[in-house]
Amino acid sequence: MPGRGGMSLFGYDFMVRALVGALVVGVTAPTLGIYLVQRRLSLIGDGIGHIALTGVGLGLLLHTSPVVTAVIVAALGAAAVELVRERGRASGDVALALLFYGGLAGGVVLVELSDESSSANLMSYLFGSLLSTSREDLVAIAVLSVAVLAVTLLGRPWLFAVCHDEEYARVSGLPVRALNLVLAMGTAVTVTVAMRAVGLLLVSALMVVPVATAQQVTRGFRTTMHAAMAIGLAAAGGGVWLSAQSDTSPGATIVLVAIALFIGVVLAAALGRRLRGGTRVAPAGPEPTEVVLDSVDR
Amino acid sequence: MSGDVIAVRGAAVAYGGRPVLTGVDLQVRGGEVVAVLGANGSGKSTLIRAILGLVPLAAGEVDLFGTPRRRFRQWWRVGYVPQRLGAGSGVPATVREVVSAGRLARRGLLRPARAADRRAVDAALDSVGLADRAADPVGTLSGGQQQRTLIARALAGEPELLVLDEPTAGVDAASQEAFAGALARFVGHGGTVLLVAHELGPLEPLISRAIVVHQGAIVHDGAVPRPAGHHAEPGHDHVHPHAPSGHETMWGAP
Repeated sequence: MPGRGGMSLFGYDFMVRALVGALVVGVTAPTLGIYLVQRRLSLIGDGIGHIALTGVGLGLLLHTSPVVTAVIVAALGAAAVELVRERGRASGDVALALLFYGGLAGGVVLVELSDESSSANLMSYLFGSLLSTSREDLVAIAVLSVAVLAVTLLGRPWLFAVCHDEEYARVSGLPVRALNLVLAMGTAVTVTVAMRAVGLLLVSALMVVPVATAQQVTRGFRTTMHAAMAIGLAAAGGGVWLSAQSDTSPGATIVLVAIALFIGVVLAAALGRRLRGGTRVAPAGPEPTEVVLDSVDR
Repeated sequence: MSGDVIAVRGAAVAYGGRPVLTGVDLQVRGGEVVAVLGANGSGKSTLIRAILGLVPLAAGEVDLFGTPRRRFRQWWRVGYVPQRLGAGSGVPATVREVVSAGRLARRGLLRPARAADRRAVDAALDSVGLADRAADPVGTLSGGQQQRTLIARALAGEPELLVLDEPTAGVDAASQEAFAGALARFVGHGGTVLLVAHELGPLEPLISRAIVVHQGAIVHDGAVPRPAGHHAEPGHDHVHPHAPSGHETMWGAP
């Protein structure tokens, strides 16, 4: 299949399914990720991905759909993370570490205990298996993505308010806890949806990197969200195409393309400022580019 | 404009067992402009945070517009202006987006913005003199302009009560004047104000009553106290260390 080049690649059904799946995930993941970045919780998605692996292992062990069990376990994990975030300060950081690494290790052991234990199977959940996307997978990805998009796009003013200034949202009478839980559930669903495309270990990249890229050049939240969706789409499409050309793993290639876009935009933005005379107004807040590497303890 | 907008009875707040407020009684009536004064660490910010329910009461009761705060649901009647922008600034947001968040209390959940909502946001931006910065990211504004953004956010909900936490701390003179003007218009339309301040500056003519909080209790309730000692000197640069030490006399004898 690789090396044939050109558009003929997408004459194969499995390639079309892979591309469609990647594009849907690419456009959806940043709409949820933007709220995590806004809260400086960029790495939470990564942690939820770790926890979801326990759900996958549970599903394989019980001979039920690993996607369903992954959604359930990831949702429970996200709710636990939300509880820790709501009340905790310093000790919460350690609680999250226990949860995340426990989830990852538990998942590996459960997968090994199941009938379908093989390192290839484990790898497909950790790093994605886009090329084996079935028609049913695609339907599940599409339905769940539409649900996530409905929440993140239609709920934007309220989710923005609660992520921007939670105390103010509380004094506005907004249902802060319910909105936080909606966000946590959305994170869990997004992680599970993206599992097929880029794998649980790279999920967070697809949620966060397009947002970090977009905010290099945008001025507002809404425009950042829309630009991040376009960047996610481009990274997913470009990554699938490039992976077919170079016979590399689609998930990892998508993430590398997203990071390449980030670097490209950073350099272009710096160049643009230089050409305009370098009279950039220093931002009053912390450097926006540090967001990606921010630790999970806000 | 009758009846208590805020009624606090026997309120106490403790952080980790350490009492911060004890036995506080306070009434604010409709149309009043009440300043809460006190040194750093006196508990004045805690008092307004307790009134709004942002810190739990260890004892006592708070009523808002005649309703116990636990059962109070008409939050659009309250506009809150925190000391500074929250931590959620990982993604750029325009001034207009931040101010629009102040409209949500009136808008209701999942209801699209109507023309009246947009007009209210425009009016709020106008009243603090930031209409021309509406499309700029808040992160690029000066501290004073950011503070004005937060005031516009509170005004966008067309509240009846404004609660402000040190609105003029570290704010440039132009912003202080713009802020005083916006507050004067709000009061002129019958609004009620409770504000925490370190110093009143251009706000002083607006204040109808001052209370002074000292070591977690109200020690003065009445006219604005005159500055005493070196605080009264012209051109006095009002700077305090963060640790409360030896500033008990800053407002003079109560």
